[in-house]
Amino acid sequence: MNTLREIISFFSFSEPNVKVVFLGSLILCSVSGLVGTFTLLRKRSLIGDVISHSVLPGIALAFIIGQQKNIAYLLIGATITGWISTFLVDYITKHSKIKSDTAIALILSVFFGVGVLLLTHIQHSGNASQSGLDQFIFGRASAMNMSDVYLFSIVGILIAAIIVIFFRGFTLLSFDESYAQSIGFPIESLKLMLSITTVATVAMGVQAVGVVLMSALLITPAAAAKFWTHKIHVLAILAVIISGASGVLGSAISYSSKGMPTGPWIVVVVSLVAIFSAFVGSESGLLKGYQLRRQNNIKILRENTIKLFFALQNLNKTQSRFSLAEVSQNSKMALSSLKRGLNLLVNEKLINKDSSGYEVTEKGTEEAKAIVRKHRLWELYISKYMNLKPDHVHDDAEGIEHVITPEIEKELEELLEFPTRDPHDSEIPY
Amino acid sequence: MNDFWIILTASLVAINAAILGCFLIMRKMAMIGDAISHAVLPGIVIAYFITQSRASLPILMGAAASGMLVTLLIQFFNKKVRLQNDASIGISYTFLFAIGIILISFFGTDVDLDQECVLYGEIAYVPLDLSFIGDYSIGPRQVWILFTSLIIIVTGVLFGYRKLVLTTFDESFAAALGINVAFWQYYLMAGVSLTTVVSFESVGAVLVIAFISGPPATAYLLTESFSKMIWLSIALGISASIIGYFAAVFLNGSIAGAIASVIGLQFALVFSINRLRKKSNISEALA
Repeated sequence: MNTLREIISFFSFSEPNVKVVFLGSLILCSVSGLVGTFTLLRKRSLIGDVISHSVLPGIALAFIIGQQKNIAYLLIGATITGWISTFLVDYITKHSKIKSDTAIALILSVFFGVGVLLLTHIQHSGNASQSGLDQFIFGRASAMNMSDVYLFSIVGILIAAIIVIFFRGFTLLSFDESYAQSIGFPIESLKLMLSITTVATVAMGVQAVGVVLMSALLITPAAAAKFWTHKIHVLAILAVIISGASGVLGSAISYSSKGMPTGPWIVVVVSLVAIFSAFVGSESGLLKGYQLRRQNNIKILRENTIKLFFALQNLNKTQSRFSLAEVSQNSKMALSSLKRGLNLLVNEKLINKDSSGYEVTEKGTEEAKAIVRKHRLWELYISKYMNLKPDHVHDDAEGIEHVITPEIEKELEELLEFPTRDPHDSEIPY
Repeated sequence: MNDFWIILTASLVAINAAILGCFLIMRKMAMIGDAISHAVLPGIVIAYFITQSRASLPILMGAAASGMLVTLLIQFFNKKVRLQNDASIGISYTFLFAIGIILISFFGTDVDLDQECVLYGEIAYVPLDLSFIGDYSIGPRQVWILFTSLIIIVTGVLFGYRKLVLTTFDESFAAALGINVAFWQYYLMAGVSLTTVVSFESVGAVLVIAFISGPPATAYLLTESFSKMIWLSIALGISASIIGYFAAVFLNGSIAGAIASVIGLQFALVFSINRLRKKSNISEALA
């Protein structure tokens, strides 16, 4: 209860510091969600990791040169080493047999090591104004002040403006670099711009969430959004919303109890959103996958069952009504799934059921013919064009018959010049 | 004597990491090493909190459990919901690392662990924490832990060497021979978890990554033979530990940071020489 009251008090902004943390987290997270969309699409998520570890030596160097903790200096230093690190990763992978994952791990650990060495060197040197430099490693949102928030707003608006203006270029760059180049997009400048915005975002964020977790703010929101949509505009907007909301919620939770770090809470909230999305996301979530597979299985079951009646009728031209035993004799399906299939068909009125058995309706006959037609067309097609023996084509057709669309069927018919007999010399029903 | 113990500790980590690193970088899995080394944190903290001690076994088990959890999480994102590989790794380990830091803050003063130590260790304190048989000091506790881990890793790698190499270089061929590819992958991951856990206290997560990726990458540029690559990585790792230690003393800074910097310099040197040689080869060929 206490926690809840604290969270409510957070949103009432009764303390001035709360407003700073709220605005700071909101701006940072929204910007990183936006930038991260392209990091994700360009499959450079781990580059975000490299950058965030590599801003550390820049911060330390900026301090050594400037001898004071001026946030603007530190940001510039961070941006420079962050950018050098991405350049080095690309350079190493391009000019040696070292693979990108190795280059990433190497550069991030070495840069971080150099950063730690410099930081500890500064700490031991006894300069009093250095205190608090180490909070860049783990971040302290509560250490932000209003002038930081102003700086974040300006940089954030700049970054957002760049992304909105060059949205088309960045999109094309993410999906098809060589095409973008061939139609005259200046891809090198676009790449440079994108990497500078990424580095600037990371440099801004490390103060609040720290170097290790900053990369999560780039990767996770966009990845979570990706489970809900495949449209890139929607993806970017959704990533910003998820990220901004997690930023606010995470800082509210960390505010609610003393000594709780902000960055980790933001990351935990956004990760939970991502895991939740992975399960229920409407575009590619786990449940969606199950649903699609289930629908597909039902379709196959239904089509395989109706197809049986075509065979039964051909086998026994005088009979129109078949008992369950007779149907089952002609089928390779398990009895339970056969019953399920029959029930489906009865519900759809493709077959009628009474006490003596099942009778296929006119609509059902048409449907059965359609499936058999697709099956035999395909058999003919692959035996003709792939030179397969007639006894090798059945299994393949058994699978493909459920997938052939009316358009493909039409093409097959035209290609094979409206054939009447399949490779086993059975009639192709029209 | 302190110098000796510190360098020995770093070198033991270097050997552990270099052996595994050679396999990891050839499997394009260096970043999984990175992920595991960060993700063991929550397991360590929980084990620490429950047992209230730095006893190695419970902590090892806690770390192995969260190391396992991160590989499963990565598998879930990558295979089950088909998220791209880089993002799957990035999401999973940052999530667990964040939980670890929250747990540390949550247990607060109950736990004698601090977050900086997890990232860059406290190797300078290694000689102070001694092991005893009776009243007789047998050297720092860390050295013994790392030495045990080294024996386990070396035996494990020697035992499965052929299969590890085969699954590393030609996975489909190995699978065709009936080798359980997934098993050997987890076998290797278990080794990585072990190395990370036993090293985190002394050198921290980041230096482990530097040892896993750096010396093997440098060695990879120097030789074509895989067994030579392992020996070279070990030599590079040990020399980086020695040079790095004295550099840290000279600069009055973090030993782990200095060793990582030396690893970077080693790579930069070999890489540049390689580039220059290649360039002169090309210009000779053109001349």
